[in-house]
Amino acid sequence: MCRRFGVIWFTYLVTDWFTLRKPELTNTAFVLKANSHGRMVVTAANALAEAQGIFLGMALADARAINPELKAIDEKHDLNGLLLKRIAEWCIRFTPVAAIDLPDKIILDVTGCTHLWGGDEQYLNDIVKRLKARGYNVRVAIADTIGAAWAIAGFGISGLVIHSGQQSEALLSLPASALRLDADTVERLNKLGLRQIKDFIGMPRRALQRRFGNLIVTRLNQALGIEEEFIDPVQPVAPYQERLPCLEPIVTATGIEIALKQLLEVLCNRLQKEQKGLRVANFKCYRVDGKIEAIEIATNAPSRNAKHLFKLFEIKISTIEPDLGIELFILEADKVEGHTAAQQNLWQARVGLDNGDLSELIDRIAGKVGSDAIQRFLPDEHYWPERSFRPALSLQEQRTTEWKLDRPRPMQLLSTPEKIEVTAPVPDYPPMLFRYKGKLHKIKKADGPERIEQEWWIEEGQHRDYYTVEDEDGCRYWLFRLGHYDEDYKWFIHGFFG
Amino acid sequence: MQNSKADIIAQLQKDILPLQGFKPVKGNVGFDAGLGFIKHAFPNASFPLGAIHEFFCGGTEDVAASIGFIAGVLSEIMKTGGVSIWISSNQTIFPPALKSFGIEPDKIIFIFLKSEKEIMWTMEEALKCEGLAAVIAETPELSFTASRRLQLAVEQSRVTGFIIRRNPKNLATACVTRWKISSLPCDDETDLPGVGFPRWNVELLKVRNGTPGTWQLEWSGRFKHISTVVSVLKQKQRKAG
Repeated sequence: MCRRFGVIWFTYLVTDWFTLRKPELTNTAFVLKANSHGRMVVTAANALAEAQGIFLGMALADARAINPELKAIDEKHDLNGLLLKRIAEWCIRFTPVAAIDLPDKIILDVTGCTHLWGGDEQYLNDIVKRLKARGYNVRVAIADTIGAAWAIAGFGISGLVIHSGQQSEALLSLPASALRLDADTVERLNKLGLRQIKDFIGMPRRALQRRFGNLIVTRLNQALGIEEEFIDPVQPVAPYQERLPCLEPIVTATGIEIALKQLLEVLCNRLQKEQKGLRVANFKCYRVDGKIEAIEIATNAPSRNAKHLFKLFEIKISTIEPDLGIELFILEADKVEGHTAAQQNLWQARVGLDNGDLSELIDRIAGKVGSDAIQRFLPDEHYWPERSFRPALSLQEQRTTEWKLDRPRPMQLLSTPEKIEVTAPVPDYPPMLFRYKGKLHKIKKADGPERIEQEWWIEEGQHRDYYTVEDEDGCRYWLFRLGHYDEDYKWFIHGFFG
Repeated sequence: MQNSKADIIAQLQKDILPLQGFKPVKGNVGFDAGLGFIKHAFPNASFPLGAIHEFFCGGTEDVAASIGFIAGVLSEIMKTGGVSIWISSNQTIFPPALKSFGIEPDKIIFIFLKSEKEIMWTMEEALKCEGLAAVIAETPELSFTASRRLQLAVEQSRVTGFIIRRNPKNLATACVTRWKISSLPCDDETDLPGVGFPRWNVELLKVRNGTPGTWQLEWSGRFKHISTVVSVLKQKQRKAG
């Protein structure tokens, strides 16, 4: 699709702003002044002052000579930039890509936006009308290239919309300075009698380059659309973003679901084309009263399955408060990863950990109950029972060591060992009986001790002597004695065998 | 006349089985989950996969015994590969111990949840995921409706579900089998020192279209029927004697 750009030129940006601030200035000629090399210089003049022949860069004294009653106001530093940025952000209602071009222009990437206003003319009219209502004088233009739109906005006489492919004819009668050249080059061109673009547009590019430098060739090419030009938007657009403006404000959950489904469909199609899958997505609802409601989802593995992603969002849709209504839906994929479609084994009866169905299931559960609840364990190189396994970082992480099988380990392990009363006969012998939760267990058989030392480099503490014991009912327990027998020692129950 | 009546009843029972969800899984005919002749207690003489099994437990000891038994069965199911999901309300399970029952503990995804509602929701979602080996859940309560929902989910996906219920109140559920596993003291006859292999008294309290029973099993890398072990030992002793 051919791209279209719009340029808004604020003819009296700063003075308009002062007039808005001080309405008494409306019908007086005034200029803004600044100190430059020890003299006062005019940095901006309003329309009335300009009509009297006062121009930028003129010494204030000269301007006063023309009009003794001229009002001069101190300029504000960097006011241009601030104003343009604020207006460019406001312009996001017209297009998501708006950039500023100092000192007094805003560039809009209007590709695919104008038809929503009924065409380029209506689009421009709306912009001009709204800015006029605020008190700004603007000139606007739309063309295929930034260069052409810039030239037409600044110097064009007839027709502010240049239809696709006609930028070269439109440029012909414009002065050389419409090409965004530096003053030196323009002066040199004028000296040689090349006053209009048509005078030199047909010249060989090499000759132009030799005489006037690279810039003129670049600018010509950019204006004609031979060379691409990039702009720096005030609000960077998320690379994977889909928008859905609504004619009527949406207030129902069904409406939100339909909007979400549409956006997901478009986004997933795009991801499909680019062999990508999303990991984190954001669904923003812009409400009529200016508030933004947002819900976010994350997936375990890159996914572009619209149905699955919708299910993840579905759980959270109920948290959106539409209030008076939602006028704009935006779906952004904040994190996108490469995802090539894996060939599925048709004959595989059981899924592995890398299976898509499984990761979708985990996503759904994580969306409902939180990802903290879901864990997978891998062996860790520690003898201390509580540290002998660790949570895996991902579903796909492989174990680096083997699970140890050499010593019996209980099925159930208490997270903190519980104190028990024990009767044990001789040092280092297993106990004869113990009392746990008020019940007396007579020990029939026992194995042990298995001494496990505290890992001093991690934690200080006494060693544990573990015994596997079986009571008269056949139930098996894992008991341990903390510390040496002759010192201060305690007995604990730590686990239950299967 | 008598004979043909019995034939008709047998034929009708056979016809009813698929209607009740006991569809024979291809390649799993005669699957015993390592339980040996216990399989004859089940319909079609094969351990019901794609069904919900519930385990009644009293205390923590019973839970540990049930987990041991389930792990033994699960290791047989997971032999062909696959992943299981373990849903629990407390974090007392000790993954390394599963290895001694022949399961790779890293092939199990644990989900620790507090509320009953979340456990049931997660279990149902997991049971609907085709290709999982099994889903195990520890939850005290299970209403008839919830169990019916789970059963319908597994009839579609052919995933096997195990529910461990501690001190259950509601006894009317739609589960296919109901078990009670309790520990048994180890063999006194051999008089060997120390505790031996884990032993269980396996009670099959209820089985749809099967015959309940009680067996004594031992786990020594695989299930072993104790009575047979003892008798074999005695035979050997007799021969030696």
